[in-house]
Amino acid sequence: MLTLTICWSAPAAAESVYETRNEFVNRAFSNSPPETSVIWLTGERKMNVSRLLGHDYSSLRLRYWCQAGRSAWILEEIGKDLPITVGVIVDNSQIKSLRVLTYRENRGGEVVVPAFTDQFNGVRLDANGDLNATINGISGATLSVHALTRLGAIALLLHGDTGCEDGP
Amino acid sequence: MLIYNRSGWLLAAGTLLCLLANPNVHALENNAELTAKLELLQQQLELQQQQINDLKRLLEQTQTQAVETDAKVEAVADVIESSPAQQAGPLKTTVGGYGELHYNNLSATDPDRDVEAIDFHRFVLFFGHEFNDKTRFYSELELEHSFIADSGGDTPGEVELEQAFLEFDLKPGLYSRAGLFLIPVGLINETHEPPSFYGVERNDVENIIVPSTWWEAGAAINGRMGSDWNWDLAFTSGLQMPTTGSNAFRVRSGRQKVAKALASDGAITGRLRYLGIEGLLAAVTLQYQFDPSQAANDGLDDGTLLEAHVDYRLGSFGIRALYARWDFSGEAVEAAGADKQTGWYLEPSYRLNEQFGFYTRYEDVEAARRSDQFDQWEVGMNWWPARNVVLKFDYRSRSHNLDSERGRDFNGIDLGVGYNF
Repeated sequence: MLTLTICWSAPAAAESVYETRNEFVNRAFSNSPPETSVIWLTGERKMNVSRLLGHDYSSLRLRYWCQAGRSAWILEEIGKDLPITVGVIVDNSQIKSLRVLTYRENRGGEVVVPAFTDQFNGVRLDANGDLNATINGISGATLSVHALTRLGAIALLLHGDTGCEDGP
Repeated sequence: MLIYNRSGWLLAAGTLLCLLANPNVHALENNAELTAKLELLQQQLELQQQQINDLKRLLEQTQTQAVETDAKVEAVADVIESSPAQQAGPLKTTVGGYGELHYNNLSATDPDRDVEAIDFHRFVLFFGHEFNDKTRFYSELELEHSFIADSGGDTPGEVELEQAFLEFDLKPGLYSRAGLFLIPVGLINETHEPPSFYGVERNDVENIIVPSTWWEAGAAINGRMGSDWNWDLAFTSGLQMPTTGSNAFRVRSGRQKVAKALASDGAITGRLRYLGIEGLLAAVTLQYQFDPSQAANDGLDDGTLLEAHVDYRLGSFGIRALYARWDFSGEAVEAAGADKQTGWYLEPSYRLNEQFGFYTRYEDVEAARRSDQFDQWEVGMNWWPARNVVLKFDYRSRSHNLDSERGRDFNGIDLGVGYNF
């Protein structure tokens, strides 16, 4: 006889939250985050972001934090069907840290492991405006890998636009 | 009166000359000019100061207006971003798909077995729908080989429902699904969109031994352990392998495809995956079939599948390695020498850049049918002209193990076009 056993527990939040937004910002600035700033995705900046993403970003503006030459960004991009929320810390025009804050899909979640996201540490933009390092993909998670790669490049691009490098 | 005689003229002239030469006289005149000029400058300064004051007031008004405009724009952006259309997020119903066109030109030792064919091998559509944050539906409908005639017609096409399941989020990192879904095994069984693998045709080890693409009906749970481990556990319908005829004990022929499938004897599948090393995916699957023929006392009693693989990428280099083995018990399957069926392959690759990649693959298959006992070399390239689009070329050479099958040995080329969205 075919026996099926299904285990249930009380349904909770659908997505997997690895780090809340507040936790991320506090981590970025050693628990002393600066005031929130806003950057508008207009004009040439909008075009550059769209070029990196392959489509327009889903928001008109982005909130970010900047202090002592370091910026922190919370960005989202669709992996396969649902958005992935990513926190990126940029310091000295290179990625200091890229982490998945929230992952909403069942497949492709291999990108949340530090062994994958640590590849972004130290990565910068090259002369063409792309990442200057190859990010090794993960079998079965290609779309998620692409999403994180694009978001890393956007964070570096916007860090340069804000002038955060020159001080708070 | 002095001016009316010559000496008076001289005296007047001299006096005039003296006066003109006298600096005090010039000083008087300069003072007057200077005063006039100063007065003029003073007036101009006062005018300019007035203009500066006016400009300052105008600047202050402009700055105030700019601040107010900023606030209005931010308010508009708040309204837009909090609108139901924006808050709805991704579409609740999604459509996706993939497809691939193949051209094969293979020269066999027996010319009657030459292959020169072009075929739209797969046209696949995905439909998904999100009922709420915790419940979603996912499906995959496939048309193979382009054309299906009315019943009784002799055309190669097939229409298959390869996935149709409900997925439930139990808690963060723990999911379940129920319905028709792909067995969690191998490298290409679950992920086989054309741009995701090398080679026009899928590798024969997974095709024949696993056997991909393989789906069953049932229920499954999958989850994460820490940051480095994923696991799957599935309870599903089982194979119905023939025990007689030309396809006796052929695993691939046992796929019922959930089409009025016999469900007297199911299967349990478990998989463990490790992702703790940068660039490395390692996995092992173990499956137990309670009765792979769905019939008692036919000489095929039960079966176990062990499959393990690694996919490692380091910079531009990559390597895939996979081993799969079936162990069946039963008098008939053992007598047929089909109780152990194995396959393995090794596939190193080099990704030149975002557009081009090269690979070679060696595979060895030892399956039930005599024609499924061979080894094969393959070399080729993929060209990705755009994201999710691929053009493929490969050269293959196959050698069969048994002398009786040498007529099937072949070498030749394949060309392919594929996409997914």
